[in-house]
Amino acid sequence: MTSSSDSEREVPERAARSTRARGPSDRIDDPNARPELDGESTEGTASGARPDGPVSPKLGLAGSLRFFWRQLTSMRTAILLLLLLAIAAIPGSLVPQRSSDPNGVTQYFVDNPDLAPVLDNLQAFDVYSSAWFSAVYILLFVSLIGCIIPRTKHHFDAMRSRPPRTPARLSRLADHREEAYPDVDVDTAIAEARTLLKSSGYRIEEYDQRGVRSISAERGYLRETGNLVFHASLVGVLVAVGVGGGFGYSGQRVVVEGQSFVNSVIDYDTINPGRFFDEGTLSPYALTLDAFDVTYETQNADAFGQPIDFTAHLTTTTPDGTSQEQRIKVNEPLRFAGTDVFLLGNGYAPTITVRDPEGTVVFTDSIPFLPQDANLTSVGVVKVPDGLAEQVGLLGFFYPTAQPLEDGAFTSTYPDLVLPMLSLNVFTGDLGIDGGVPRSVYTLNTDDMTQIAGRGTDVDAIQLLPGQSAELPNGLGSIEFGNADPEAAAGDFSNSVPRFASLDIHSDPSQFWVLLFAVLVTLGLLTSLFVPRRRVWVAVRPLGETDDGGGSDGDEYGGGVRVEYAGLARGEDPGLAEAVASLAYRHGTALGVERL
Amino acid sequence: MDLNDFSVMALWTALALYALAFIAFTFDLARRSTEVREAAGAVVPSAVARNSAAADAGSTGGARTLTVDRPTGTGGGARVTASRSPSLRVGVALTVLGFIVHLAADVTRGIAAGRVPWANMYEFAMTGTLLIIGVFLLVLTREDLRFLGTFVTGLVVVLLGLSWNFYVEIAPLPPALQSAWLVVHVFVASLGTAFLALGFALSVVQLIQARQERLKLELSALRMRFLATLPSADRLENLAYRVSIIGFIFWTFTLIAGAIWAESAWGRYWGWDTKEVWTFIIWVIYAGYIHARATRGWRGTRSAWLAIIGFSAVLFNFGVVNVFFKGLHAYSGL
Ligand code: HEM
Repeated sequence: MTSSSDSEREVPERAARSTRARGPSDRIDDPNARPELDGESTEGTASGARPDGPVSPKLGLAGSLRFFWRQLTSMRTAILLLLLLAIAAIPGSLVPQRSSDPNGVTQYFVDNPDLAPVLDNLQAFDVYSSAWFSAVYILLFVSLIGCIIPRTKHHFDAMRSRPPRTPARLSRLADHREEAYPDVDVDTAIAEARTLLKSSGYRIEEYDQRGVRSISAERGYLRETGNLVFHASLVGVLVAVGVGGGFGYSGQRVVVEGQSFVNSVIDYDTINPGRFFDEGTLSPYALTLDAFDVTYETQNADAFGQPIDFTAHLTTTTPDGTSQEQRIKVNEPLRFAGTDVFLLGNGYAPTITVRDPEGTVVFTDSIPFLPQDANLTSVGVVKVPDGLAEQVGLLGFFYPTAQPLEDGAFTSTYPDLVLPMLSLNVFTGDLGIDGGVPRSVYTLNTDDMTQIAGRGTDVDAIQLLPGQSAELPNGLGSIEFGNADPEAAAGDFSNSVPRFASLDIHSDPSQFWVLLFAVLVTLGLLTSLFVPRRRVWVAVRPLGETDDGGGSDGDEYGGGVRVEYAGLARGEDPGLAEAVASLAYRHGTALGVERL
Repeated sequence: MDLNDFSVMALWTALALYALAFIAFTFDLARRSTEVREAAGAVVPSAVARNSAAADAGSTGGARTLTVDRPTGTGGGARVTASRSPSLRVGVALTVLGFIVHLAADVTRGIAAGRVPWANMYEFAMTGTLLIIGVFLLVLTREDLRFLGTFVTGLVVVLLGLSWNFYVEIAPLPPALQSAWLVVHVFVASLGTAFLALGFALSVVQLIQARQERLKLELSALRMRFLATLPSADRLENLAYRVSIIGFIFWTFTLIAGAIWAESAWGRYWGWDTKEVWTFIIWVIYAGYIHARATRGWRGTRSAWLAIIGFSAVLFNFGVVNVFFKGLHAYSGL
């Protein structure tokens, strides 16, 4: 095929030359390997072609450790660990994970009561923090560090050392050219080669070996630098994620339109502090949800009712009293006072007021109802522990645009407020919230309660439009579904029910570092894959001499020269042949060869 | 006819053109096999004969310039340099034409939707296949990989055919997708995929070629005779590596861009969502591939298998994870 294929046939030859002492023993193309001419007498030179030979039975403890270490930091182990890591990551995509999908896990236990506990024992629901997954990546990173350190040291040495001596038989290299220049003397040829290579970014060294003068040049040290930066930055990412995450926290809070929230631990619905997180560092600003706007598609019949925008309008107030209007959208979090505030979800929060038989208000609040489908059929729970003859629990369904179904139930046909309706099942008895056991505000534990209205009882569920009230059964009192916009024209419910936004607020000081290392990973990768590292040689002899060093006894200078050009790739280098050709061409031009 | 109807029509046309190109490329492979068979019967294995055969062909002005090369000793099986083939040129021409029509389909879909045309499965498939063809044509300007035409057009025909199952009318973007990162992240992922697809194809051919070279089959005993006209396994491996590392870099970028986007959309940069898991798995497999290439005992056949597994994971990620797995990415899928 093309000429560049020539350079690639070189590989086995180079492999045999790489030395064992530095870097992973089974690596081909070790950029640190030197041509055989170096004559280095490290232990590895002789055994270069034989990676990790058979184990000697007489290894002592130190020997075994060293053997183990050498195995761990070999390329072969790195590959196996990488593949193992890929395989170990798979189960986490097949089974729901507690970290990302806790409800999915609960559901899995319900659906597979026999299998789930077994899987749980294998940490299948926590794959990415499981012992086995951690073992794989920790081993991999130990191996990685074991690779980086010696290679960094060696790379430093290599950068300070001179390009190696010119091999005696350049013609044995695959990328080799030879030119004769009858009117040029050796000094000029060498001087021009020197200038040319220097200006092309090579580090050069001149040698004079048995009368053959040559320039040995090397470039692309950056390739190895890039490789080291890449691998070291991987460690950086891991450390930043592992350690840095401990300094942050994340908290969730549902805020209804018009309500406020203060950034302090007690005001969160849930909060997960990192291991090293100091609560005192929370900046106690207040956040008020002024309005939550949703835009629905109304033009495009194919996507009618699809939400196309969520915007939360907020006011932040810092402890010193400075207020500021802010805005959050799905892809535009609010970055404020060291925290990031994200919009995670939203829905309706009907305002419900309960009165005792005398008309005294015993409960009033806007209760967030959790959306169940795209048209925001929502479910919520109202708990009235005090003030009535019995504790009362209401299990409510909210339909922003109610539509009766044939069986008498309702559904919502559009997510916006066209005909909002609240349907409530009523329970009395023990709400189970007095015992100090934490209960979710979104679930009603009916174990110790009796249903007195709604499906399954003789009494119909209470159904209310905004502004309407109804009596509770058994003379318990009354309930009202508040209208947030009582002034609106009859039949216009568009602002009758407040919305809520669920906010995720967190601070993660490691994020910056993770990003920084990720960028370094990319830069290191680009450098290490695309900067060619190569050696080239220009050897100059008076015309008439052969490369055995013998040759004619023609006069030394002025009689023309024979110049050899050769190159050797250190690692992947598809452009080598072209580089050697271009070197020869430009050298020839510099020496006065006429070009058309 | 509105713009989207035009887009749909153009896409069908492109599909038809690719199908024709596929036939032409397949025809070319068949022709190569025939040529190899004839060469196997006709040519005396000596350099002299070869030279004179070439000279003959030249002097008689016939269309055939056939060179048979039977290396002695190590490396490679028998080689035949294929003659220039009209069907090959027709294949490339049809592919270029298909690409132009396909590009028109993609652009008009984007204009009709008023945004980038890669926001749901149907559009991913449309743009992704466009990039596969585009990258293939681009690489053709630097390396003669036309023998992959059958694979590339075949793959694209299948993917485009399947994409009709996911056809959706134009819809506005849901809020989570309204981000500049949609443009970057998804585009780069598709571009990476296109390079990895070529790496995959080259690795497959490399494996077959390597097997044939190992067995040192005579031309006449070859099962897929056209193999003798393709580059050596070594050469294929190098080509596969070069396109795969470009794909790998795009993939790395995809991973990072995805994390940045996830941070602003979902409030965390990494959460082991199914799609994130698979993107990670693919990245790790290719990291393994790159190491394998540099490791004694792994270079060659084994590393080729890794490239093949890696791309299978890419297809799995696109085809199976998007459609059947649950996760945050789900809404963007269909
Ligand atoms: C976290 C695990 C690792 C990952 C993700 C990884 C990834 C990569 C990637 C993508 C490359 C190609 C880019 C480049 O040359 O810089 C590479 C190259 C390399 N890696 Fe790793 N690596 C890992 C661990 C290791 C370990 C443990 C070793 C030591 C045994 C190692 C040794 C090398 C070497 C020597 C190269 C250069 C290969 C060549 O010359 O082409 N890596 N690695």
